[in-house]
Amino acid sequence: MEFSEVLVRYGELSTKGKNRREFINRLHGNVSRALHDLSHLDISTKRDRMHIKLNGENWEVVDEKLSKVFGIETYSPAIKVSKNIEDIQEAAVEMMKAIYHEGLSFKVNTRRSDHEYDLDTNEINQLVGGSVTDALPDIAVKMKNPDVVLRIEVRHDAVYLSNRTIKGAGGLPVGTAGKAMLMLSGGIDSPVASYLTMKRGIEIEMVHFYSPPYTTDKALAKAKALTSKLAAYSGKIKFIAVPFAHIQEQIKQNIPEGYLMTVQRRFMLKLTDLIREQRKGLAISNGESIGQVASQTLESMMAINDVTTTPIIRPVATLDKTDIIRISEKIDTFDLSVMPFEDCCTIFAPTRPKTRPKTEKAVLYENALDSESMIQEALDNIQITDIYPDQDFISTNNQDEFEDLL
Amino acid sequence: MIYFDNSSTTLINANVLNTYQAVSQKYWSNPSSLHKFGEKSFMLVEQSRLQIADLLGVKGSEVFFTSSGTESDNWAIKGTAISKRKLGNHLITTQIEHPAVLNSMKQLEELGFKVTYLPVDQTGIVSPDSVEQAITENTILVSIMAVNNEIGSIQPIAKIGDILKEYPSIHYHVDAVQAIGKNLWSKLFHPRIDLMSFSAHKFNGPRGVGFLYKKANRQLQPLLSGGGQEQNLRSGTENTPGIVASAKALRLTIETQQKTAQQTVAIKRELLDYLTDKPGISIFSPDASDFAPHILTFALEGVRGETLVHLLEEQEIYVSTTSACSSKDETGSGTLKAMAVDDRIAQGAIRLSFSSENTLAEAQEFISKFEEIYKRFENISY
Repeated sequence: MEFSEVLVRYGELSTKGKNRREFINRLHGNVSRALHDLSHLDISTKRDRMHIKLNGENWEVVDEKLSKVFGIETYSPAIKVSKNIEDIQEAAVEMMKAIYHEGLSFKVNTRRSDHEYDLDTNEINQLVGGSVTDALPDIAVKMKNPDVVLRIEVRHDAVYLSNRTIKGAGGLPVGTAGKAMLMLSGGIDSPVASYLTMKRGIEIEMVHFYSPPYTTDKALAKAKALTSKLAAYSGKIKFIAVPFAHIQEQIKQNIPEGYLMTVQRRFMLKLTDLIREQRKGLAISNGESIGQVASQTLESMMAINDVTTTPIIRPVATLDKTDIIRISEKIDTFDLSVMPFEDCCTIFAPTRPKTRPKTEKAVLYENALDSESMIQEALDNIQITDIYPDQDFISTNNQDEFEDLL
Repeated sequence: MIYFDNSSTTLINANVLNTYQAVSQKYWSNPSSLHKFGEKSFMLVEQSRLQIADLLGVKGSEVFFTSSGTESDNWAIKGTAISKRKLGNHLITTQIEHPAVLNSMKQLEELGFKVTYLPVDQTGIVSPDSVEQAITENTILVSIMAVNNEIGSIQPIAKIGDILKEYPSIHYHVDAVQAIGKNLWSKLFHPRIDLMSFSAHKFNGPRGVGFLYKKANRQLQPLLSGGGQEQNLRSGTENTPGIVASAKALRLTIETQQKTAQQTVAIKRELLDYLTDKPGISIFSPDASDFAPHILTFALEGVRGETLVHLLEEQEIYVSTTSACSSKDETGSGTLKAMAVDDRIAQGAIRLSFSSENTLAEAQEFISKFEEIYKRFENISY
């Protein structure tokens, strides 16, 4: 018994009146991209749901990839059988046996699009339901709120059965809510912020600051590896690497110790905002969590946020660290995040940063710097790469080289 | 030359030796060095670790490199004793373990730990019930070998694992040095096992490399303190060429283990056919499902094993008395003693152990050479 197609039910988007068409088109595109490697699939979109014909492709792979596409409420794999009622009964029994446990209740729900079929829906319900209760005498039949609905669809070509409903990723299709720049450090919080931002339909582009020779190539590779993990939710993410060492050196030379952190962060936000403007983004998103470190007190946020009026989304602002870690484990970024490579935020970190910096003072100290040319130099040297799911940035280069040895 | 002593050590595989040499010359940097040259060696060690973990079906972070099977055993036992000394002071093992286990236990006894040495039945197998009966509230470790090195008896590792599910705080250590690559893994690997010892030179890998499987979250104090290698649990600059060569040797061994097992058991059967029912011959390694395919131990009553070893060596046939480690020890075989084999017979025991390099023709040659020796003593003893 092999699944032959998948029925996909839309999430919240079903309720969103006039934007519906755009949502559905976007979801179709996102699903197609997520399943791109499986070339035999046939994906068709309807007003209220999507059909994916497997045409021999592996259901487990489809399941794994589909579970990461935002905008899907639930999905159900279905089995295709001939229109012979005995075949339908046999498949129904087998499918119910596969999920049966003590106390399970079910009902049969038949729909016919082939109205020529010689049995009507009630007859099919009874015949199939009867064969299931014969095979599983202890199963309960329940018309209201059963544990399992065995769906049967009689179409012109064949009959389709399904009895599993898998919860999708929820949220809104990525891209339906515009684009934001995501400030990705490489720690635990910003990948989680990325995930949560995309979940609300926002397309993200990663802005990552790196500072060679103070930081290693490994820190950059780690940020890219994290991006690749997150790209599983959108198909592709642009990764924008911003060289930051020169700015940091000048800040270090000219700014009093207590304001080193605040001023560095102001520069990062300014740069991110300028990149956002170039790339036509509508917001900035980051992994700030209130009170976690000196730069994430409300006073610090105030002094840093002062450089822009662009909306800043902070999805993890009010989450506890343990909750953030739980999400990072779920999205499989945790192990990468805890790899011990220093990022640009920890170098030049003052031993005693101000937790209550004042905006006016930060502005005053900054006047000693030639901010404009520092920023321009960084912008001139940004590097943009497309990053896809399942790319290996940590060990690829060596694997081939080591192959003969191992 | 006929080499029937593969449980003592094996010939390093030619491809493995090539790897050893290539790595020694190309990736000789210290894996802990910060520079790229060091990073390469680090990656290579980690890749090897992952390969071994994959072959064992465990996680990379659960594989720790050591210098030998002996070190792995010492670490598993003494490391557990140190980690868990506040929870209890009782350890359980068998009378037929390798000296690396038995003597570690003896050292711990001198420090005040209590050790139960479980007996075995006359076939050389410990009873799972006796393990359960020996458990007290102070028990912190159960250490049982998977395959006995002297006669090849397979211990009921999975059954003991099932029993230990009820005692989650006890560490379960398995000395798998003789078991790896013998096509026995599915039978022996049990999810309850916390610690497992291995040695590379037993599977055509280089000398000087062992590894220990330690299940995630199981606490084990290090014996070697220093620069913090191996997750700060086993310090000492990594033996990069040895580690990479071992990973390769394990892959080659596991890829061919089914065929090797068939081949060695065919040799074993050929020899058993000859030895069975021969007057004066006692066989300790029957052709049975609870005996490893590669070990055949038997005795010729009234003739010392050592004498047989030397007579065979004149024919360029190399075998062992019992385990090579104790071969030069006058006390004889610990396993046979534990099986209550009469001393006169036990002293006459020799162990033949086979590898993929051995052939049926060698078995036949052994038979004809041994027959001459046998005839020579026939008149003296019988």
